[in-house]
Amino acid sequence: MFEPLKPVSPGRRIALGILFFVVFFVLWGGATFSGLVPPLFLADPLKTAQAGIALFVEYGFIKDVGVTIWRVVGGFVIAAVFAVPLGIMMGAFKSVEAFFEPFISFARYLPASAFIPLLILWAGVGEAQKLSVIIIGSFFQVVLMVSVIVGGSRVDLVEAAYTLGAKRGGIVRRVLLPGAAPQIAECLRLVLGWAWTYVIVAELIGASSGIGHMIMDSQRLLDTGQMIFGIVTIGVIGLVSDFLFKQANERLYPWYFLK
Amino acid sequence: MSKLRVENVSRVFPGVRGGQPTRALEPTDLTVEDNDFITILGPSGCGKSTLLRIVSGLDRPTTGRVLLDGQEVSQPGPDRGMVFQSYTLFPWLTVRENIAFGLREKRVPVAEQADIVNRFIGQVGLKGFENHYPKQLSGGMQQRTALARALANDPKILLLDEPFGALDNQTRALMQELLLGIWEADRKTVLFVTHDIDEAIFMANRVLVMTARPGRVKCDIAIDLPHPRHYTMKTTPEFAALKARLTEEIRVESIRAAAEH
Repeated sequence: MFEPLKPVSPGRRIALGILFFVVFFVLWGGATFSGLVPPLFLADPLKTAQAGIALFVEYGFIKDVGVTIWRVVGGFVIAAVFAVPLGIMMGAFKSVEAFFEPFISFARYLPASAFIPLLILWAGVGEAQKLSVIIIGSFFQVVLMVSVIVGGSRVDLVEAAYTLGAKRGGIVRRVLLPGAAPQIAECLRLVLGWAWTYVIVAELIGASSGIGHMIMDSQRLLDTGQMIFGIVTIGVIGLVSDFLFKQANERLYPWYFLK
Repeated sequence: MSKLRVENVSRVFPGVRGGQPTRALEPTDLTVEDNDFITILGPSGCGKSTLLRIVSGLDRPTTGRVLLDGQEVSQPGPDRGMVFQSYTLFPWLTVRENIAFGLREKRVPVAEQADIVNRFIGQVGLKGFENHYPKQLSGGMQQRTALARALANDPKILLLDEPFGALDNQTRALMQELLLGIWEADRKTVLFVTHDIDEAIFMANRVLVMTARPGRVKCDIAIDLPHPRHYTMKTTPEFAALKARLTEEIRVESIRAAAEH
């Protein structure tokens, strides 16, 4: 069972994965139902579930979920549309890389959340500000990762393409791009996960809708059940989007996932 | 006129971090006639691959020039088809799409592409694997696809850089026969780099032996064995005599190379 790097059978893998959730709920239930942790700080699983039902039935929580998803996807798509081509250019052409790389390496460490006060000043508390937080948080990361992926393309494939008559444009379009595409997609999947953390931070401050806003509101009412349910909702949506992204990648790039 | 002329070509690699520059190839002359099958034999690190890369245009000579049909080579191009030792099929393309890569680049009409691809798939024995991805193929099949991909461009000369070097012995022998069969059928001019003596004799009508680094052509031996050649030829006395001679030539160089490293 603990042999290094030894593969585990699919059935056992699923069983072990589920087992952890069971352990998690048992610990959570044990701590709360027993009264070890007072309900003011942590709601028990049952209360959390009830709070969740109430949120959807009475408070129109589905709207908040929709707004948050739209913000994440919107900001992420805008960032990707500009970041991916720039990253490809940087990876393919070393002079472009030399021009942008130092600044972007610096900008990458600027925390997106620290921009929120400034962005509120610039863009108000509307959608533009929420999208900006996600764009700032995702853009520089995607640029750098895509640049590294494309820059790491196999030189022997580029040489082979040259001997087959490809010119510079053909090298980028027919060798670098298709070769890097699956890894770029994986990078986007990763950054989409990060975008979920940025959106909640953006919604905690100066928002009138969204999952983050709901969590903030619930804190005022000391409703830990709703707060936990909000957090779990984000986790579930993240898991689903990750799964869909992965499925899409496997379908788009079957060659990459061949064993 | 000669097909390919290598005139006074040498290559010096600059030193890394202030180190000594490496003289990979001493000034070398070589004339290749139409329909020649020339193997370049030498110990590892003797500059034989460097010479081939310069002919392909992937590397530039420090001195001298390369002429193909009287035209100076300045960059890689589809008139010099190349098969590398490492597996260089495009992993995102199927066998069929890999072979059509150069044809697509030349904007050959799709129907004609399909005809050409089918012909070469038949020639290298890959029927039934047209839609496989490289990862699904054995090493030998990958190199057969790479060979078909280079041939589909109808190059003036075929450059082979130890194409069977990574294959096991049995597969390698079959690949030699396959390539020889293709050559006997249409006599494409071939420059073939190898460090395998049997392979060098069996395939070629001329074997060039190179010295240890810095490499230069040490001797140029004509192989007058008749065609078509059959694998049983490898056990004939004529073959053995050539092998004995080349073994001696190479051995001296290998000892020199080993002493220097």
